[in-house]
Amino acid sequence: MIQPIVKARDLQKHYPVKSGFLKPSQNLRALAGVSFDLYAGQTLAVVGESGCGKSTLARLLAMIEEPTSGRLSIDGVDLTEVNNKSLSKGLRQKVQMVFQDPFGSLNPRHKIGDILQEPLVINTGLNASERRQKALEMMSLVGLREEHFQRYPHMFSGGQRQRIAIARALILKPKVVVLDEPVSALDVSIQAQVINLLIELQQELSLAYVFISHDLSVVRHIADEVLVMYLGRPVEHSSKEVLFSNPQHPYTQALLSATPQVATQRDRQRIKLKGEMPSPIDPPSGCVFNPRCQYANQDCLTTPPVMELYNESRVACWALKQRRIGDEKLAN
Amino acid sequence: MKNPTVVSKSLRVQQWREFWFYFSASKTAVAGLIFLIGVVLMALFADVISPHEPAEQYRQFAKVPPAWKDGGQIQFLLGTDYAGRDMWSRIIHGSRLSLLAGCVVVVLSLSIGVLLGLVAGYRGGWLDSLIMRVMDTIMAVPGLLMALVFVAILGPGLLNAMVAIAITYTPSFVRLTRASTLTELNRDYVTASKMAGARPMRLMFISILPNCMAPLIVQGTLSFSTAILDTAALGFLGMGAQAPMPEWGTLIAENRDLMLSAPWTVTFPGIAILLAVLAINLVGDGLRDALDPKLKRS
Amino acid sequence: MPLLEIVNLTVDFATANGSFRAVDSIDLSIDEREIVAIVGESGSGKSVAMLALMGLLPWTATVSADCIRFDGQDLLGMNDKQRRKIIGKDISMIFQEPMTSLNPCFTIGYQLTEVLCQHFGGRRRSYNNRAVELLQQVGIPAAETRLNAYPHQLSGGMCQRVMIAMMIACQPKLLIADEPTTALDVTIQAQILELLVELQQNNNMALVLITHDMAVVAETAERVVVLYAGWQVEQRSALDLFSNPRHPYTEALLNALPERAQGKLLNAIPGVVPGQLDRPKGCIFNPRCCYVQDLCRQQIPERQEGVLCHYPLELDLKPSRSSQDMVTDS
Repeated sequence: MIQPIVKARDLQKHYPVKSGFLKPSQNLRALAGVSFDLYAGQTLAVVGESGCGKSTLARLLAMIEEPTSGRLSIDGVDLTEVNNKSLSKGLRQKVQMVFQDPFGSLNPRHKIGDILQEPLVINTGLNASERRQKALEMMSLVGLREEHFQRYPHMFSGGQRQRIAIARALILKPKVVVLDEPVSALDVSIQAQVINLLIELQQELSLAYVFISHDLSVVRHIADEVLVMYLGRPVEHSSKEVLFSNPQHPYTQALLSATPQVATQRDRQRIKLKGEMPSPIDPPSGCVFNPRCQYANQDCLTTPPVMELYNESRVACWALKQRRIGDEKLAN
Repeated sequence: MKNPTVVSKSLRVQQWREFWFYFSASKTAVAGLIFLIGVVLMALFADVISPHEPAEQYRQFAKVPPAWKDGGQIQFLLGTDYAGRDMWSRIIHGSRLSLLAGCVVVVLSLSIGVLLGLVAGYRGGWLDSLIMRVMDTIMAVPGLLMALVFVAILGPGLLNAMVAIAITYTPSFVRLTRASTLTELNRDYVTASKMAGARPMRLMFISILPNCMAPLIVQGTLSFSTAILDTAALGFLGMGAQAPMPEWGTLIAENRDLMLSAPWTVTFPGIAILLAVLAINLVGDGLRDALDPKLKRS
Repeated sequence: MPLLEIVNLTVDFATANGSFRAVDSIDLSIDEREIVAIVGESGSGKSVAMLALMGLLPWTATVSADCIRFDGQDLLGMNDKQRRKIIGKDISMIFQEPMTSLNPCFTIGYQLTEVLCQHFGGRRRSYNNRAVELLQQVGIPAAETRLNAYPHQLSGGMCQRVMIAMMIACQPKLLIADEPTTALDVTIQAQILELLVELQQNNNMALVLITHDMAVVAETAERVVVLYAGWQVEQRSALDLFSNPRHPYTEALLNALPERAQGKLLNAIPGVVPGQLDRPKGCIFNPRCCYVQDLCRQQIPERQEGVLCHYPLELDLKPSRSSQDMVTDS
């Protein structure tokens, strides 16, 4: 059996939040129990609105922050049990990250060459000419030219900066790349170039991607599996085909229906979501989606649902479990 | 940003041109810069320009008024002091001391301030509190008073005065560096360096520090002018440069008895201080305008 | 007669490296009660053109036009004072960042009533009821209590609603929305777009929607203006434009959308938008165009039937694709 390269079990991350001068600090549950397996060459897309915990998940996977509880293992090694410094350094090289904002993720005072070589300087014993050679190889891989080596980031457009960021992430030969909204700051035509690059690199280097995004049309294109999150909790987890053709959770349905598309009729029926996402400091009891859900009943208000398998999707929803919406679907 | 991606010209030329575009938008800043260059040249070539030795006493010509006044002599352009020393030559040589004082003070306070500010901002916790409370204490005492206390401890003299003034200037640099460090620390490129495994020293000095420089340069320029002022003030109070040295503040101090009978002996050093400080401040303002939008865009 | 008529609008910026033409001879006419979308990538000049109309550009910009007429009045010949009477009252604009568009120091109610005072005069208190009414109109629940809220106490979507309430307070004839939903989540975006269209219909406004998102345009606009690097490359009715684009850029832009991809790779447009120093000779799109011919590299095209192209695409006789066809990457 093939080992998953990333194995997450019930990952949680809480932040203490000061609510007032003398009041005790409250717990913000940014991430409340996320589990998944990710295999080499596969893409897991994490989808949700702002505040759903997808960026927190990215930071946990990239080992920038440590989970409050839960287990995370990379390439068969359980992170929570690693105390050895050199081992954790080796693990760190296996996961790299590309950030959302191409203008903030490159040091404005460093040349492109220095930015690309920094990971090599820190982690390898290569000499200057070997490092330069590697950096140049990586630059040609992501479609940058040799003369860009001596330039500063502000001389590049957003798309090219994102290429540089991708090159930096790949230079240590990672197995997992966490992509935190890598194209949402880019124009459509440039977005397509960067997505193509990511797809080609994945095939070439058999990388595993964790693709974090709010844009469902991009996710539909690049993902193998999709994890939909709401307020720090996973609500639906299934393969791309199933999720887009037959979404189960009411939130997923609303999200899909709210996404504008070029190829739709003007008067299509939209599922309208009332209100906005509640504050993660004081989440509603029961299912966190209940204030906005049209199917909510007493169970939804009191007990949080758990992820279970319905129609090839893992979904956390009472209405589905009690067959309050499943049948209606069948009727269509 | 509408920056071209393909640039064949030298990078430096491009950057300087952009800087100059924003800097030269302010006419006063350019005027200040021209005057400042004049002062620097004057200091460099003091021996060539000055018509007399600054310490040479022409006893027979004591208290000669400036050349254009009745009884003035063309060889003493700005008149002479009580001992018959040429004011013009003394002011020219004084520019050396003033610029030196400015440089030493800024370099000292900047390097100490940047170091402490970086450590405080990066480490945080108790070390941050400790450093910042010490800086708050220094700031709680009026600057000149503080400098006077230090000089009283270290003993009067130009060098001690400079050290004392540098100490009183350090807190502003610490605060500035700490504030920029805190904002830069949360930027993605620092996180990226951390993910690459960079150690604290590398993060502080190679990743973060270069991005904090713009406000520090501006603050440095403005401190330069106040350093000249404070050195002059200490000199005037007799705690800075000592008597025969033609430091501008000391010049005023040693001629202060003649304020009514020979006003030019205090007026011209005063004007020299005024113009130099004004010019540097104008340049500082221009620098801020030129560097700040750059910060926002990158 | 159109509500707003702009002929040959050009905006130049003075920069360190000489002058930069951000908007190059744009023609635009908007009828009453019409929804027009201005689409383009960043740097296409879509915001600049509308800011020029509002007179909100910085001092480095030079605006020139043959004609800017609004509601029968010539905006060009007006002095600042007369212009201010129209702008803000008859023409309003909402911006991308709802959080920074509101003043954080004042309550929602204060800012709303302030706008009403500015334009209708009188005491601020007398407008409290009107403010509540406006907030209800833009779908803010518990409007009375929200009057005393500060902007930071509201979410981004709510702030954008407040901004819209402020802008429709004077019942403008034209509302310009500059990327009104870009900073918002999808479900909130759907709410806001719906609100804008609803207000446009109920209040008899014309609506100009500036956006980079083709899908948003497809779902709201009646007419579309496509800008590229300051050029107005195509202007058509939305239905026609999406089913049958006539400018190669429009077609390439639509094909680059993930939903139009066939196979694993997207149909990316090679290259980047030209900057200040690398503007090509001839047609501005020629280095990235897959139908490029010699004429395109030599001569600036003329506008024909709203399309700025030497060889506009037809349904039947598309020129044969050159070897650059379907280049996926630059």
